[in-house]
Amino acid sequence: MPSRAADEKWFNFLIYGIATITLVIVLYPLVFVLSASFSNPEKVADGSIWLLPQGLTLEPYRKVFENESIWTGYANTLFYAGAGTLVNIALTVMAAYPLSRKDLPGRQIFMFLITFTMFFSGGLIPTFLLVKSLGMINTAWAMIVPGAIATYNLIVMRTFFQTSIPVELQESAWLDGCSNIRLLIRIVLPLSKPILAVMVLFYGVGHWNAWFNALIYLKDEHLYPLQLVLREILILNQSDDIGAGMSERVLMSESIKYSVIIVSSVPVLLIYPFIQKYFVQGVMIGSIKG
Amino acid sequence: MQGKLLRRMLTRYDLYLLLLVPMVWYIVFKYYPMYGLQIAFKDFSPSQGIWDSSWVGLKHFDRFFSSYYFWQLLWNTVSLSLYSLIVGFPIPILLALLIHETPSRKFKKWLQNATYMPHFLSLIVIIGMLNIFLDPITGMVNRVLAVFGMDPVDFMRKAEWFQTIFVGSGVWQNMGWGSIIYLAALSSIDPTLYEAAKMDGASRMRRIWHVSLPGILPTIIILFILQIGSWMDVGFEKALLMQNPINAERSDIIATFVYKTGIQEGQYSYTAAAGLFNSVVDFILLLLVNGYARRKTESSLW
Repeated sequence: MPSRAADEKWFNFLIYGIATITLVIVLYPLVFVLSASFSNPEKVADGSIWLLPQGLTLEPYRKVFENESIWTGYANTLFYAGAGTLVNIALTVMAAYPLSRKDLPGRQIFMFLITFTMFFSGGLIPTFLLVKSLGMINTAWAMIVPGAIATYNLIVMRTFFQTSIPVELQESAWLDGCSNIRLLIRIVLPLSKPILAVMVLFYGVGHWNAWFNALIYLKDEHLYPLQLVLREILILNQSDDIGAGMSERVLMSESIKYSVIIVSSVPVLLIYPFIQKYFVQGVMIGSIKG
Repeated sequence: MQGKLLRRMLTRYDLYLLLLVPMVWYIVFKYYPMYGLQIAFKDFSPSQGIWDSSWVGLKHFDRFFSSYYFWQLLWNTVSLSLYSLIVGFPIPILLALLIHETPSRKFKKWLQNATYMPHFLSLIVIIGMLNIFLDPITGMVNRVLAVFGMDPVDFMRKAEWFQTIFVGSGVWQNMGWGSIIYLAALSSIDPTLYEAAKMDGASRMRRIWHVSLPGILPTIIILFILQIGSWMDVGFEKALLMQNPINAERSDIIATFVYKTGIQEGQYSYTAAAGLFNSVVDFILLLLVNGYARRKTESSLW
């Protein structure tokens, strides 16, 4: 039988080994895309890039920024994500706060109605027909209203209100004649900044990465969000209008794929470190059965 | 007594007022589509509307179940979900244990932040990256195969590779995110349990087995129930993005069929029936697994 210390040492060696392999598997594709996006298109095409950029250039980025549909896509996505997240947060708070109050008669009924939709839904076709009959097809409304509340987020928020805002504080404010809405705005929301940050991240990233609703509800290309523009470049291979000469065009349309991935992902990855310390908390709250 | 309840409600009228808008939203965008599901039993025509279209009983279900593609769609859906479950479910648990056991705090942080990151990339970017890395000529994977003298494989257009690529990239993207909830559960285990096990001479491996795993078992069960409850719903958007005419024999699942035949071809009643079949199977699975978990263990959704 090996000694205790030997066992520890061997085990730590194993842990670090597996952890390093995991780290490499996760990071390598990301580093590769980043390097290729700054590389000479010819080096990208002949496969001489393994880790670091070859023939440093900003040309692929210049081509991306010359592309008009990327600019409109970016602007549209910024609008959908901004307005959409605002609506998300407002509606989620409006539902989560009353339902967090144990003194509200009938809260179980509302809670049941809301939770039930997590497990059964009308599905794609009836929802599509509804949005259509509401006249939202080909309008920005279709990008904001049908997804106005994510039930999971609502439950996380309600659990936060229930567990992290002292009831005594709310009761004494109420006894002092503070109305419920004032109580929510003046006392509860200022104490809920971490969960609000998490919600902004969850909803915001959701909007940033959304594409399917745009695919079925939007016809006009001027309304397309960034992800649909990306889909044309990355998946449908339609970036022909970008390059100049024939062979150069083929090379550049490959190279631009890397830079467009970076350009479209950077905003999300930039805000991520700032909110990162909050979201672990957010997911943890979600795991508490409420 | 009743007067008291009414007074309690009246003094809190502003809370109901707050609830009003979200509840209207739930009724319109969640419950009205459930009402709209009746078109699965009708011949829906847009001019007549949902209510006035004529009833046709189970016609659409009959047609769907007896169509030549039904069994293939069902098998593609069920097997993709099973594959995702077998591979995708345990890996976040293993990753959480790995992170938990990593002695260096700094390394731990690195591991966490790096593995969470891909979760924030869009599906379009993920499929774009798959296209790049798996390209038959310029792709990294085929370049490595070439080094070993193997023939290039057009992975994204091979039906037999579809499920593996689907599940593998899913693990790459979501294992870190999925591990957060287990890490939270691990950190709430009473440290004295580890101390006691150590005193008894248990090795690190045995401590994981006898302390860590039982400690996070309730979380595992809850997440397992949730995953079973969305069995038929597995990664529809991703399957659609990865689909091409060549791999369709494996990548066509019920949900992508509903999209193509319903939204694109306008066969609303027929595909509403197929969609309802999906939802009902999921709902029944959820009830069964939850019921079983409630009887056999102490953890269940309700």
